[in-house]
Amino acid sequence: MIHAAFLIPLFPLVGFLILAPFGRRIGNPIAGWIATLMVLASFVVTVLVFAGVAGEPVASRLHVENWFTWLNSGQLSIGVGIQVDPLSLTMAMFITGISTLIHCYSVGYMKLDEQFSKFFVYLNLFVFSMLMLVLGENLVITFLGWEGVGVCSYFLIAFWFTRPSAASAGKKAMIYNRVGDGGFLLALFLLIDKLHSLTFTTIFSHLSQLSPTDLTAVSLLLFVGAVGKSAQLPLFPWLADAMEGPTPVSALIHAATMVTAGVYLMCRVNPILHLVPNAGHLIAWIGVATAFIAATIGCAQTDIKKVLAYSTVSQLGYMFLAVGCGAYDAAIFLMLTHAFYKALLFLASGSVIHAMDDEQDIKNMGALRRAMPLTSATFFIGWLSIAGIPPFSGFWAKGDVLSNAWVVSPALWAVGAVTAILTAYYMGRQYLLVFLGEPRWKKAGAGSLHPHDASWQMSMPLVVLAVLASFGGLINLPFGPHLTFLESWLAPVVGSGLLHNTDSTLQLWMFGVADAVFAIGGATIALSLWRNVVNRPALEPQFLFMAWFLDASIDRFIARPSSALALFSARVVDRQVIDGAVNGVAGLFKVSAGRLRRLQTGYVRTYALVIISGLVIMVAYFMIRSGL
Amino acid sequence: MTVNVSWYLTLAAVLFTIGAVGMLVRRNILVMFMCIELMLNAANLTFVSFSRELNDVGGQVAVFFVLIVAAAEVVVGLAIIVSIYRRHVGATADDQHLLKG
Amino acid sequence: MMSGLVASATLPDSITFAIAAVIVVLGALGVVLYRNPVHSALMLVMTLFGIAVLFVEQDAQFLAAVQVIVYTGAVVVLFLFVIMLLGVDRKEAVFADTFKGQRLFAGVVGLCVLVEIIVLGSRNWTTGAPSVAGAMKNQGANVNVIGKSLFTTYLLPFEVTSALLVVAVIAAVVLSRRHEERPTEFEDEQRTTELMP
Repeated sequence: MIHAAFLIPLFPLVGFLILAPFGRRIGNPIAGWIATLMVLASFVVTVLVFAGVAGEPVASRLHVENWFTWLNSGQLSIGVGIQVDPLSLTMAMFITGISTLIHCYSVGYMKLDEQFSKFFVYLNLFVFSMLMLVLGENLVITFLGWEGVGVCSYFLIAFWFTRPSAASAGKKAMIYNRVGDGGFLLALFLLIDKLHSLTFTTIFSHLSQLSPTDLTAVSLLLFVGAVGKSAQLPLFPWLADAMEGPTPVSALIHAATMVTAGVYLMCRVNPILHLVPNAGHLIAWIGVATAFIAATIGCAQTDIKKVLAYSTVSQLGYMFLAVGCGAYDAAIFLMLTHAFYKALLFLASGSVIHAMDDEQDIKNMGALRRAMPLTSATFFIGWLSIAGIPPFSGFWAKGDVLSNAWVVSPALWAVGAVTAILTAYYMGRQYLLVFLGEPRWKKAGAGSLHPHDASWQMSMPLVVLAVLASFGGLINLPFGPHLTFLESWLAPVVGSGLLHNTDSTLQLWMFGVADAVFAIGGATIALSLWRNVVNRPALEPQFLFMAWFLDASIDRFIARPSSALALFSARVVDRQVIDGAVNGVAGLFKVSAGRLRRLQTGYVRTYALVIISGLVIMVAYFMIRSGL
Repeated sequence: MTVNVSWYLTLAAVLFTIGAVGMLVRRNILVMFMCIELMLNAANLTFVSFSRELNDVGGQVAVFFVLIVAAAEVVVGLAIIVSIYRRHVGATADDQHLLKG
Repeated sequence: MMSGLVASATLPDSITFAIAAVIVVLGALGVVLYRNPVHSALMLVMTLFGIAVLFVEQDAQFLAAVQVIVYTGAVVVLFLFVIMLLGVDRKEAVFADTFKGQRLFAGVVGLCVLVEIIVLGSRNWTTGAPSVAGAMKNQGANVNVIGKSLFTTYLLPFEVTSALLVVAVIAAVVLSRRHEERPTEFEDEQRTTELMP
């Protein structure tokens, strides 16, 4: 069954190829179901391949399939193919699974949109790119998938491109990603220079040839790429703007899959990171700082999707914290559970937005629990998961990350703990303002609204995700090596987590209790503050609302000088210097020709004089040269 | 005092110079033509001198040909001058400046 | 200085040379300096005659004869015909120039030419190669020697120059033709109306 792995990316590609030319004719909703079916088929194949690999002995779970050689240049040979191992299979499974649910949701969400089929064309292309990213056997395929998801993200954010804010948000996402990609490319060049290969298996077996400087450089440059793609400090403003896209896009791309590509990349190159722990520490600090900052920003947001966007940035920060501490399986665990509950939260928000007739400001909502019971219940479960309240999945995953962080540095753990409290707090604030309290929307004159739960295409995925969010923690319970399924499954690829060294049960229980306290504490604070009050300006300062003014500072210190430089180049350098030089040369010729033309006087005697003078000079020259 | 070749050559040089300067200075086309004849004669004198000096009859044959060509040249040149003068009586060399750049 | 193969360089030769040289130079100066073109032409005759004397002096008798007959007798006469025909025997302003200092410059250039030629002439230029066209002295009469060389070694140039002469004649005829005026349309019409009853 493992050899059928090539079908995994193939199905979405086929979906794309069918829908791109014919989607409009196939129409609404069949085009959507075709796309969903393709992704579902991909999921099924992935599960079958997983079963096949799981049945093999641990040591031989790495399969590399090379389909063909793409380019050969000197010592460098880049092939196209996939690598089937526990890490890539895990990623592929949850990507295809969640994509299927979101495709199904989109059939309902985008029902009234004119460009229905185009949406699914992009979605399938996205799934294909993402799968190539995680399944690729060398860094070039990964990079191609990386770029592919970036492009699809641009298409999908700017899906309603007639809105200027959407078009510019798409551009912004693309540009921030490109900044990160610069780092990625530099890392590739460095590897080509030193190791003459980009295939994962080859690189990891030749790491001893690289000096510590090289290793640090490669890992940090790849991390720069991850910072761009996964919206870490300082490249995260694009994610909030990316909420201009339709909600399924936010759920799929900017919560569950594309933004996790950075985490995947760092986990994939963990052999390099193992050798340079200092780089790892830097990554951990950047991750936890991002988590904290994003959490504070989330406390002051009023758009229902922006709260979730900053929450995503924050959770990604946690994942990089885990990566930096060397606990890659914890990072993957958190990635999985985050995918479940974040997708759930986004899809539920989408239902709310649909029901509220595209109103997205939470200050204008309220008391939707009675009107939309299913949505409210699933959102509640999502909140409990992300807050980290036991026994939901978020508790186990976040606990894993934090306990590993303590081992590296208690300071990291402390910042992570504070962020956990904040997470519980601001998500609670959102739940309370949206679903409880007074129905503010009725007073605002929108009395004709009848919010209700959405159709089955939109509600079924919510239920499935709620179940996964509730019980997802079971795949990696820390109570003993026989229960840590995920950890042992990923061990051949990423090595074991740090905590095995200090494996005392008392410590486990202490961490667990502490995590629970943080979560419940944050939730309680939210309950007490926001249950009946809608506006608390003291807790929503402008500084936090404007995202620590990061966007504005980037604009002032980077964008404006660049524009000024560009204007200067266009007006002065191009027009005066370059054009001036070219025109100057032409003018020079004109002037000299004008002067020289006066030699042609037309008078015969002058010509004769010149001829004889020339003759005299030439003869004199030869006479002198041959020695008078 | 013996007369040797160098005297003849000097005389030819003087004749040539006078012809050259005359051509540059005079404006009447016909006089310019005559100065050209002077220069040709100077060349002829030189040829003959060297022919005697080197015991080579080729010098004299060259003079023969120069003479012929000079005659032909005078014929054609005068025909041109005649046609110029038809249009504009009293024309000088300086009036023919249509080729001015 | 040149070492010549001159057999006899005696006093009569020197006197002849001196007189002929004076005639030549005076004639040349006269050509250049006289304002009346007719006078210049006559001075040219004087110069050519002097050159002919020098030719005889240098054992080129045939050439002297040809010089007098062709050059002096035909070419200069042709010059005079044209001068008379066109009526240019008036005086001209010798002193007006196209640009200032042209005459001075011409004088300087002329001086340079003189100096150069003299310097060139004082060098030893002979290569010592045997003559191509044949020896000149002691071969018989000058006419025979030239004739033999002309019709054997230099036959091609000879034929070509005859063609050149024909071309020159044709050119002269063509160039000096008068162009007849074509009648204008008005005149043409007038004539036809006159002819009609």
